[in-house]
Amino acid sequence: MTAPLALDAALALLTLGVAAWTVATRQNFAAVIGFVAYGLLLALSWQRLGSVDVALTEAALGSGVTGAVLIAAVSRPPRAAGRAAPPGPRVRLAAALLSALVALALAALVLTPPEPAPSLAAAAAAHLPELGLGNPVTAVLMAYRGIDTLLEKIVLLLALLAAWSLAPDRFWTGASAAWDGAPPGGALTLLARFLPPIGVVAAVYLLWVSADEPGGAFQGGAVLAAMWLLAMMAGLLRAPEAGSPLLRRLVAAGPAVFLAVGVLGFALPGGFLSYPTGFEKPVIVLVEVPVTLSIAVVLGLLVAGAPGRPPRKEGQS
Amino acid sequence: MTAADVFTVLAVAAGAFFFLAGSVGLLRFPDALTRLHALTKADNLGLGLIVLGLLPQVDGIFAALKLVAVWLIAQLASASVTQLVVGVIRRDGEGA
Repeated sequence: MTAPLALDAALALLTLGVAAWTVATRQNFAAVIGFVAYGLLLALSWQRLGSVDVALTEAALGSGVTGAVLIAAVSRPPRAAGRAAPPGPRVRLAAALLSALVALALAALVLTPPEPAPSLAAAAAAHLPELGLGNPVTAVLMAYRGIDTLLEKIVLLLALLAAWSLAPDRFWTGASAAWDGAPPGGALTLLARFLPPIGVVAAVYLLWVSADEPGGAFQGGAVLAAMWLLAMMAGLLRAPEAGSPLLRRLVAAGPAVFLAVGVLGFALPGGFLSYPTGFEKPVIVLVEVPVTLSIAVVLGLLVAGAPGRPPRKEGQS
Repeated sequence: MTAADVFTVLAVAAGAFFFLAGSVGLLRFPDALTRLHALTKADNLGLGLIVLGLLPQVDGIFAALKLVAVWLIAQLASASVTQLVVGVIRRDGEGA
């Protein structure tokens, strides 16, 4: 067995082992830690497969942001004790059957590819020079399948609305109370002062190189969100109020600019979401910057959770 | 095999040894504080030695600086997280 093959086999076994442990473990918190470790192992696997873009997304979102949301969910005290009864055997059996069915279908798809395997890689690479891009993944996300990316941003908005609407009426338009009363720790404050400058540079880099190298708005936005969350957890920044006009503009800016550029495409031969010839690259950058900001703000707000504090009165800031 | 390669093999092997020792400590030490101690040694010395060993193999000063930056950021994260975990242990006791 060659060394890379042994490494891949060990990685695959470890991923499966961590996945099984995460499902089997009884404690919620331990299961979340297992899920985060599983995500990082998946990111390594994607990297071994040569999909650095997917690896970055998996590490930043699948493991990082989702892990933070799950940790917040398990560490918040349940609102009413004993309200949620554990699912009965019938529900469990149904869930197990459904999961097994999905796993079987996926396995069937992966193990029986048609010959030759369908690939759009050549088509995706063919038009890169016209777009002024070097990374085919970015070309697919921003140009060929721009509509999917636009809808993804709308889904993020819906997710934020869903999280906010869990707040009781009196807290509506208030701020998240997730980190109220957390004692300012020396180490956390130090980290929250030290890391954000590095993280912001890394986020801008991830966005900027995504034209030619792996990276992108989602990865950059996730890193930005992490830095913002760190500052909020350390008490260096206050959690924003859901009713703040600035916050709402930031949340809407990305999808709005994307949609506006898309509608302007009607003036061009290509129709909705087509970019003006010769200006593809600048227009894509123009869309990606507000989109990254909106993603960062929405991801941060999703981790912060529903508002848990009444809004401050006007003029009393 | 040049002198640089020998250095790389020795340093990376030493780093791997510290990771092994840290993992054994994590599994075998009796309480959370000593387990954290074992883990930070792996992060600190293990990763440091591996980075040191890889330095002669990279081409260009920027690739070398990136490796050193990875080590420094891992240090910062590891030290801060250890402090936070210890804070929780102090507050809630061992059982939490």
